[in-house]
Amino acid sequence: MRTPLAVEVVKLNKHVSSSDTLLTILHDLDLVVTHGETLAIVGSSGSGKSTLLGLLAGLDSPSSGKVLINGDDIGELDEDGRAAVRGKSMGFVFQSFQLLPSLTALENVMLPLQLAGCKDANTLAQAALVRVGLGQRLSHYPRQLSGGEQQRVAIARAFAPKPAILFADEPTGNLDAVTGQSIIELLFTLNAEVGTTLILVTHDLALAERCQRVLRLRDGQLQVEGLSEEFTTT
Amino acid sequence: MIALSLAWRQLRSHWASGAVRVLLLALVLAVAATTAVGFFTDRIQSALVRQGGLLLGGDLVVSADHALPQKYELEARRLKLQSTSTLAFPSMIAQGKLSQLAEIKAVNAGFPLRGQLTISTQADANQVASAGSTANTIPAPGTVWMEPRLANLLAVKVGDSVEVGERKMQVAAILQREPSRGGDMFSIAPRLLMNAVDVPSTQLIQFGSRVKYQLLIASDAKAIQDYAAWAKPQLARGERVEDVRSARPEMKSALEKAQQFLGLSAMVGVILAMVAMFLASLPYVQTSLDTYALMRCFGASKRLIVRILMYQTLLLALLGSVVGCLLGFAAQAGLAALAGRLFLEALPSPGWMPALSGMAAGFATMLAVVWPHLLRLRDVPALRILRRDLGDLHTAGWLSFLPAVIVMAGMVFWHAGDFKIGSVTLLAFFALLLMAGALTYAGSKLLQKMSKAGHGAWNNGAWSLGLAGLKRRPGMTIAQVIGFSFGLMALILLALVRGDLLSSWQASLPPDAPNRFIINIQPAQIVGVKVFYTQAGISKTEVFPMVRGRLVALNNRPLDTKKYQDEGVRRLAEREFNLSQIAQMQTDNQLLAGRWWRTDEYGKPMLSLEQGVAKSLGIKLGDRLTYDIAGTRLTLTVTSLRKVEWDTMRVNFFAVTPPGVLDAFPASFISSFHLPLGHEDKLNQLIRRFPNLTVIDVAALMEQVRGIMNKMSHAVEYVFGFSLLAGIAVLYAALVATRDERVREATLLRVLGAKRRQVVAAVLTEFFCIGLLAAIVATVAASALAYYISVRVLNIPYQFNYSLALLALLGASLLVPLAAWFGVRGFLNQTPRQLLQSI
Repeated sequence: MRTPLAVEVVKLNKHVSSSDTLLTILHDLDLVVTHGETLAIVGSSGSGKSTLLGLLAGLDSPSSGKVLINGDDIGELDEDGRAAVRGKSMGFVFQSFQLLPSLTALENVMLPLQLAGCKDANTLAQAALVRVGLGQRLSHYPRQLSGGEQQRVAIARAFAPKPAILFADEPTGNLDAVTGQSIIELLFTLNAEVGTTLILVTHDLALAERCQRVLRLRDGQLQVEGLSEEFTTT
Repeated sequence: MIALSLAWRQLRSHWASGAVRVLLLALVLAVAATTAVGFFTDRIQSALVRQGGLLLGGDLVVSADHALPQKYELEARRLKLQSTSTLAFPSMIAQGKLSQLAEIKAVNAGFPLRGQLTISTQADANQVASAGSTANTIPAPGTVWMEPRLANLLAVKVGDSVEVGERKMQVAAILQREPSRGGDMFSIAPRLLMNAVDVPSTQLIQFGSRVKYQLLIASDAKAIQDYAAWAKPQLARGERVEDVRSARPEMKSALEKAQQFLGLSAMVGVILAMVAMFLASLPYVQTSLDTYALMRCFGASKRLIVRILMYQTLLLALLGSVVGCLLGFAAQAGLAALAGRLFLEALPSPGWMPALSGMAAGFATMLAVVWPHLLRLRDVPALRILRRDLGDLHTAGWLSFLPAVIVMAGMVFWHAGDFKIGSVTLLAFFALLLMAGALTYAGSKLLQKMSKAGHGAWNNGAWSLGLAGLKRRPGMTIAQVIGFSFGLMALILLALVRGDLLSSWQASLPPDAPNRFIINIQPAQIVGVKVFYTQAGISKTEVFPMVRGRLVALNNRPLDTKKYQDEGVRRLAEREFNLSQIAQMQTDNQLLAGRWWRTDEYGKPMLSLEQGVAKSLGIKLGDRLTYDIAGTRLTLTVTSLRKVEWDTMRVNFFAVTPPGVLDAFPASFISSFHLPLGHEDKLNQLIRRFPNLTVIDVAALMEQVRGIMNKMSHAVEYVFGFSLLAGIAVLYAALVATRDERVREATLLRVLGAKRRQVVAAVLTEFFCIGLLAAIVATVAASALAYYISVRVLNIPYQFNYSLALLALLGASLLVPLAAWFGVRGFLNQTPRQLLQSI
């Protein structure tokens, strides 16, 4: 029996209606991502990168087609079902960090652990923050942290539950070059440590090249940008 | 547990955001206003029962026109209730050649069970006004205490002797105050108090004597209730049970009106607080969007979100209700202090019911006003994490307001305690909403048209931006205008109530209101009485004829009094009515149905009835009532029903006819007047000249009523303080409602190159328009409400307060934009780069 793929996308379409016309963002898109793979999706602004990420993570519903996560079609699930899949096997890092300003760094990292019903949320969150170098900033609120520190908290939050798949949306987009570089290092180091499947959306080619595979989203389709020998795409 | 923990953490962290603070403050105010008034009215009601006890001399009185059977006293003893008995009867008291009819009360040890007797041992009765001491006992055997009037009429001093029946008894003291002196005012002659053991020796009570036997009972409310429940079925003919409800109606009326005022004040506070809560919930929901979107992104189910939201709501409700109850409890102590010695004894401790009601009100308000809006967060899409434009919850369905409307209606009716007032208030609320909506819509359209049509100053960027803001957020603009309107309305109403309404209420019992009644004036004595008025310098006098008649038939059918189940109503039907004839309806009367007679109808068999009597006896407009007047029958048709303000202390009648109708019947006359202090001598001269006249002194009673009015006015102002705070909370909530959005817009404008001055001008312009519209709505609404309270509730003329309206318009047009500017000022002082980072 074949081991299910981390992510499998079959004939994915996404249309949105804009005044009188129907706009096609993704068109018959197919994709497979194996466990532990690092994949970068690049493309110009408005190419649909974030839309694709939203569909892969079950944040949005496709117009047609299938998205299978670990072999399960998330299209067949209702919103709560998709949320459960996200809570069980996905982590997220966003361009704008998406930390809750009302929670401390520790509480922010604890949030997905608590939502998953983890009893050791506090211990695990502390460990994650120590791992990203913020052991001394546990009780700091986001507004008391620099942009780089905030993104470290976000990375700690993403890795703390040890997700099978990590979605990162322009993780360095809001950071200066030096900070961005250190964040990339941290992201890839942790990814290697945890063995997470990483799907990265970026327009930064330097960042994308750190991934095993790079796909470009153009005209609603994925095209090979960079390819290691064992991965292919249709 | 996870839901509770997250809810608590969210709540704690949201405390930092202004919206939750306003939300909580508004809830605290609503609960505090509710509980403060609840606690206070609870104490007043308990005090009323006790006050009634003071008026009766006990908590309950069993009275009879014959010696009371022993069973009543035995049962009281069995239940371990305090009891004592009295008997009262009229008799002539003589001193030398002078004699005077007096109302003798013979009392046993322990009298009175409630309240205290105040006596003076100063020799001269005219000097006792200020001196007096509490009597801890009753007159010793062989002695009597008498009222100053009786002492004057008999020209006796303390130490002199008077003849009481067959006994000579010494006047041991002048009786200044007897708490139980109340009830049927028109039957009282001056009081003489004596020890009951002396009664047999006076030989005044013979077969056929008119004696009122009373057994006074006192205990806690429950025991009294139990005793009354036992006693009522035992009552034989001529026996009755009296409690607080039969005690002085004018005191009760004044207190009821005061309670109505308090209820209205609390109601305004609660409505405002609910508006503030709704407004505060908008930014609370808005700032929570990202949180819940993120939670959804991290796998939180809708069920979990709902639980978190429910816990948050309940925690907020619990916190707000507990703090509100505590504040309400503390505030009622202030109210009680303001009420001061409103009652003869200290106010009883409050019960727990108001606290429970306050908690229930807090939870109901929170769940009805905030929960439906919070619940919308359940549907925030997780995709909002990636696309911030998704999931904004600016508009809510009408259905989500339904619970708030239901709870508000419940609270309004509860506080109003009157269906009509409650309905009018609710209607006024919705009228205000509609008016605010329509005015805002029309006003913003007009301003935009002016902006488009105009040039130059009208068309500069800042003005256009400001006016565009009104159009950009029509829903929020209307919500803000409504919020500001309510806040301003509370302030205007407070000013009106403080300045106009309360003083008008107090003016309904002016210092020169009649404080003496003379009854039994014979037609030939009217001239003499008028001469007395002239000599005493009394100008405001009224003299009315009084014809006594018994109602014997209703619509030509003999009146069957047995059909009235209620004992009081039956007595009312059986007693003789005092009919009078009046040309003009008195100013303290209000026509409720039918019409007053014209001059050409004088002499026609028409009748105007007081509504309470009509209702009790089941008499309608057009009914024909037949009275037996000294053996002659007179049939009159009810042509109008009147409401009478009994607490004005003026002469009023249940039944009046046009002039000329009663001319043929034997009449005595009644007059009322205000006797200035120090003119008692002249009055005594009049009485000596016409010994048959009976003077009723209501000065002390009026002082009590006036005291209630003064003190309760302070209490009402105090409760309106909650409304004031709630009004400010509404104003603040209305400002905070759009602050984040406004900051984002201002930031964008600054980034796009707008000067700080232009952004400030745009904000000021938008809020000037909002403030102006709100001030117009608030002035119209507050004036309408004040008109209603004046004319419908207080029966006093209403005058539009122009200066206050102008002040409101100017104030709101200046202060609202200034407050808005203060709200965003901090952001406008930052550089565009700083701004971008902060949003």
